[in-house]
Amino acid sequence: MKAAQDTQKPDLCPGLLDVESIRKDFPLLARKVHGKPLVYFDNGATSQKPQAVIDALKRYYTEENSNIHRGVHYLSELATSLYEEARKKLRRFVNARRLEEIVFVRGTTEAINLVAQSYGRKFLGAGDEIIVSAMEHHSNIVPWQMLCEQVGARLRVIPINHDGELLLDEFRRLLNQRTKFVSLTHVSNALGTVVPVKEVVKLAHAGGVPVLLDGAQAVPHLPVDVQEIDCDFYAFSGHKMFGPTGVGVLYGRAELLDKMPPYQGGGDMISLVTFEKTHYNVLPYKFEAGTPHIAGGIGLGAAVDYLAGLDWDQVAAHERDLLEYATQAITKIDGLRIIGTAQEKAGVISFVLDHVHAHDVGTILDQEGVAVRAGHHCAMPVMQRFGVPATTRASFAFYNTRAEIDVLVGALHRVLKVFG
Amino acid sequence: MSELDDLYQEVILDHNKSPRNFRAIADADHKAEGYNPLCGDQVTIYLKMEDGTIRDISFQGSGCAISKASASLMTAELKGKTAAQAQRLFDSVHQMLTGECDERKEGQGLGKLTILSGVCKFPARVKCASLAWHTVKSALKGEGAPATTE
Repeated sequence: MKAAQDTQKPDLCPGLLDVESIRKDFPLLARKVHGKPLVYFDNGATSQKPQAVIDALKRYYTEENSNIHRGVHYLSELATSLYEEARKKLRRFVNARRLEEIVFVRGTTEAINLVAQSYGRKFLGAGDEIIVSAMEHHSNIVPWQMLCEQVGARLRVIPINHDGELLLDEFRRLLNQRTKFVSLTHVSNALGTVVPVKEVVKLAHAGGVPVLLDGAQAVPHLPVDVQEIDCDFYAFSGHKMFGPTGVGVLYGRAELLDKMPPYQGGGDMISLVTFEKTHYNVLPYKFEAGTPHIAGGIGLGAAVDYLAGLDWDQVAAHERDLLEYATQAITKIDGLRIIGTAQEKAGVISFVLDHVHAHDVGTILDQEGVAVRAGHHCAMPVMQRFGVPATTRASFAFYNTRAEIDVLVGALHRVLKVFG
Repeated sequence: MSELDDLYQEVILDHNKSPRNFRAIADADHKAEGYNPLCGDQVTIYLKMEDGTIRDISFQGSGCAISKASASLMTAELKGKTAAQAQRLFDSVHQMLTGECDERKEGQGLGKLTILSGVCKFPARVKCASLAWHTVKSALKGEGAPATTE
């Protein structure tokens, strides 16, 4: 802990993120695992939750629970206004122009499926092309493959270089008259690469092609401004940005959402139903059939409030420091190779060890209280690209410390000892 | 500490480092592939049968130390066994890997395979140890579809 305390005393260095005080906001970080203090480096899979989010969920179910957009009674009006207040917070969070551009969904996966099935089935046909990249999560590959099967479109893939960076020239080459959609990750979950999304969007828009960005791994690390990026759709999950599981957001440009048919039918997404004809509700409700995850939406709003209270320049500096410190420390380990060495990277380190499989690494680290992800990270094509069956991934959040990285390094030495 | 030592015993580390029967059988009459979709572990089992007895058995693939050692130990154990004996062994191993750790008994006819008993303390790793066994079962049945641990 010494290094962390020396560098992070807020009164001495006012420019630094006060990590010790932030850690107190996340109750789970104080627990032990296998008798050791938890070192939580699996933030790419899901992040821990601040007390403010946990309190919002508890308060909702204890004092505010009711269905929304329905009752005329007090609680229903209260729940509705809290849920819609959360939508306003999320609009500000990604700087969408209009409130109706914020559609609540279950998560990034559902958001991408929504666009593929609603926009894709209406506007794509036989021979049309959809472009993704070689570093997509399965959730940004499979929905497009399903669409391709349904409408006879074709999936094209932008290759990446050996550092895990997108080859923009190859993207330029792939763009053509048949290109009808581009769907890309903003930050790669397996490699940590930050994709130059503004350039990608500019290139695609020059050919009149809409762009969806998978922001699941971006929103916990960097401020996102959908107007500045100029993308057409932006998808992200609540649980990776310190909010509850089971809720996420699809941002969509209103002009496009307006033209798209509903994704699912049911209550809330209609304005008038007869057996002859149903009139759909206005945006965003047209895409929100059924009772949503009300508590989740409100909890996600609380997460946005929490994030808004942080100094994001400090967060960025702290995460950059963690990444540099960890990169230097673990590359000193014999036989360790980092997969994903892009210039622009978020706090993710994927690595392989000679002669030791990621699962064995994961199990031994776990015994030391260190939680990492071991496997293909739902990005099997990325593993194939780098010729490895699996990697071990340490993914950081702003509440992690240098001292925790020291624990990881110590645990990795134990792996080497077992397999020595 | 001790649970981890139970998992990564010398014999397991040895089979991981120098797996037995780690090769293809060119004229195999049974062959099956197994996948663990959760982690991407992959194994191919080759069998050569004679009068209902396993004359030769081998494997290839990629996976963690547990899955590799388990496959290696399995091939060594199954050579010379009949299909019915192999099936009984599959059941015993499966019980050992998933059953109650406290109640495990030595001498269930598992021989060297009891070395894998440490796995049941690590629920996330049971599928690593059972992948080769699921695959050989499917090879013996001659099932066309690849075996999975799901």
